[in-house]
Amino acid sequence: MKLIIFILSLTSITACSELGVKPWERNVLAKPEMSLDSTPLTSALDDHTYFSKEASSGGRGFGGGGCGCN
Amino acid sequence: MKKHKKITMALAVATSSLMSVTPDVHAEESADIGDWDIDAAVLYYTESDRVSAFEPVISAKKQIDTDESISLKLTLDSLTGPSANGAVPSINPQTFTKPSGNNGYTTSANETPLDDTFKDTRIAFNASWEQALTRMTRLTLGGNISNEYDYLSLGLSAVVAHDINQRNTTFTTGVSFANDTIDPEGGLPIAFGVMQPSGTLQPRQTDSDDKTIFDVLFGVTQIIDKDSLFQVNYSYSQADGYLTDPFKVISVVDGVTGLPIIEDATTNLSQVVYENRPDSRAKHSVFTQYKRNIIGDVLDVSYRYMFDDWDINSHTLDFRYRLKTSETTFWQPHLRYYQQSEADFFRPYFISGQHPGEGTDNVYATSDYRLGEMTTYTVGLEYGEKYHDHGWSISGEFYLQSISEPTKKVGQLVQQELYPDVDAFMLRFSYDF
Repeated sequence: MKLIIFILSLTSITACSELGVKPWERNVLAKPEMSLDSTPLTSALDDHTYFSKEASSGGRGFGGGGCGCN
Repeated sequence: MKKHKKITMALAVATSSLMSVTPDVHAEESADIGDWDIDAAVLYYTESDRVSAFEPVISAKKQIDTDESISLKLTLDSLTGPSANGAVPSINPQTFTKPSGNNGYTTSANETPLDDTFKDTRIAFNASWEQALTRMTRLTLGGNISNEYDYLSLGLSAVVAHDINQRNTTFTTGVSFANDTIDPEGGLPIAFGVMQPSGTLQPRQTDSDDKTIFDVLFGVTQIIDKDSLFQVNYSYSQADGYLTDPFKVISVVDGVTGLPIIEDATTNLSQVVYENRPDSRAKHSVFTQYKRNIIGDVLDVSYRYMFDDWDINSHTLDFRYRLKTSETTFWQPHLRYYQQSEADFFRPYFISGQHPGEGTDNVYATSDYRLGEMTTYTVGLEYGEKYHDHGWSISGEFYLQSISEPTKKVGQLVQQELYPDVDAFMLRFSYDF
């Protein structure tokens, strides 16, 4: 069942004719794990690692500087 | 007082060097006014035979009022272990001089030259303040300072988020500015200066230099339906100033044998010249993210395309699936794929007689693999428990960097692997108080 919903979800962006919800329909979206960056602390650790090992940075947020590692 | 779980209502939480500007267009619960909400995490990163890093971080957020909050974050970053200096391997042992100029180190035959003196500790402090400007508009101001033995970074940022369409759509605009100063041990090398034996005069210019980084970001977050949302960001980053890595060198080899030229026979010092990069770089990034609830599970997919005026472009694909195994536990597999092209001045080595002369500032070259053609893979798994007022998680991830070999190699370099794979393991633990 989850697999079917998973596959359907991949096409849901284009399938939606009306985007958005009413305020009382936000109970799922309001869950912490549905936040776009639900773990900012660990995201920052990951970003810093990749910043120092690859030629790209940022995207989700500012690319910035801040370290002599790159 | 019973402590409520926070949902990060803040538009931005200052991060160590890369400030997130992810808008949260929803919040399940509010933190109690006046309470501090504290999160902590620690990362252990280790590469096979190379760098290790230990990075603890703690953050605290206080809800000053219903529409105002402050966030503080402290990061420590301890690095140690050898790092590739950029020179090619050889069938003979090679000697190099350490950045200080006082000592040397030797690389065995057929081994990638690694500078084993790499050791540094970084401390970073971030603060941000968020305030509602109107019922639909929020402003976040941030500042950060990051300091290590030879590097200092100071940064400021401002982000405005505006909701429309019954808060189903959020527009985000942000700017940030950073000024970084580098002051390496031994001073900054002269472009394409030849490394000299330890204890003798090295080709140095000044003691320190700096660079500025200016970023702008525009984003749109859209709620699709009661289970899903997506985000699209465009960001532009302009860096000016000293962008060279003062510790990286490029080998000078014989055009027939491929053997490094011997600069000093007494110490067996190979001839290497210091790299030189352009003094400006403009990067463009487009980032998209899609998140969907699937009967309690969460699908999280993102893609980033980056290109710059160094002729580097990259694709980053990130996939996470948070599998809810009970009301309080979850497993989350993670896959990340990254691919980049090489900078237009990427040069694995120079043929003797063809390298730019010392002080040739208007010619650029680097052999740093991080600016070469590369594909990286991350595979990880996280387990977490989440309760009403606290939670924790632990994750382990493997990270592999697969770097492309030069298509043309001469002499003994044909038998050598100039850019061997780099593999790393990351262990991360986070606790939400």
